[in-house]
Amino acid sequence: MFSSQLGNGGLIQEFWRLEQEMDELLGRWSWPLGIRSTARGTFPPMNIGVTPDNVEVYFFAPGLDPKSIEISAQQNVVTISGERQAKAEGDRTWFRKERFDGSFRRVINLPDDVAADRIRARYQDGVLRVTAERPESRKPRRIEIN
Amino acid sequence: MNTQQMARRPSSEAQAQAPAEGQGQQSREASYALVPPADIFEDADGIGILLDMPGVTKDRLKVNADRNELTIEGDASIDMPEGMEAAYAEIRSAHYRRSFTLTNELDSEAIEATMKDGVLSIRIPKRAELKPRQIEIQAA
Repeated sequence: MFSSQLGNGGLIQEFWRLEQEMDELLGRWSWPLGIRSTARGTFPPMNIGVTPDNVEVYFFAPGLDPKSIEISAQQNVVTISGERQAKAEGDRTWFRKERFDGSFRRVINLPDDVAADRIRARYQDGVLRVTAERPESRKPRRIEIN
Repeated sequence: MNTQQMARRPSSEAQAQAPAEGQGQQSREASYALVPPADIFEDADGIGILLDMPGVTKDRLKVNADRNELTIEGDASIDMPEGMEAAYAEIRSAHYRRSFTLTNELDSEAIEATMKDGVLSIRIPKRAELKPRQIEIQAA
């Protein structure tokens, strides 16, 4: 009964979702996603990591044709969009359709210190990794005291 | 510090790390299994299952049919630069697990699985003797 109400995974999944909402309320993740951010659960989900040299964004977007993914950057606003459509094959009776189907778009605000012309992307095993370089000139500098 | 760790790493590594960190939070996140979303269909040959498991390669995937239970487990391996700190995470585990109950008319010995771009496709054929037959109507 619970599982039919709460979808796949049931109560445990629901607790997990609650915890995620708490995280957002408490600001546990401080990434400024900006006004264009979407609710959790939007396809594709993403993780963001930072190193002193780069900002790395991982989109978990399996089953895409890399040629159909569009990535654009305007200053520090990066947009990815594309489509994932189930192919109609033969005479099939569907019992479950939990996987995302349709077109998607996600927009993220990267920190101001990334260079829009130094963004590269790679698609492997269903993970789209977007690497934005933080040019040397804009990195925090250590000032030596003589 | 603890919560700054990127959840997406091979779970064995993350689990090994957890006791040393001494906090329940990290170990629970590390061992939490993601339930991959599934599409399930049936056609004349049998049942087909599609599962989204981004980051999982063929060699990090286990598909087991034990009696009437089909279990799929996998670990995502994500290429991460050294010294990276997690800034934001919607996916907080690298471990996927899901199981399905099979029924007798399916041939669990003949299950086939293929992995492509993070999508696992499984085919479970119907036992040959149980495939639907067209029944001919004899002229009287």
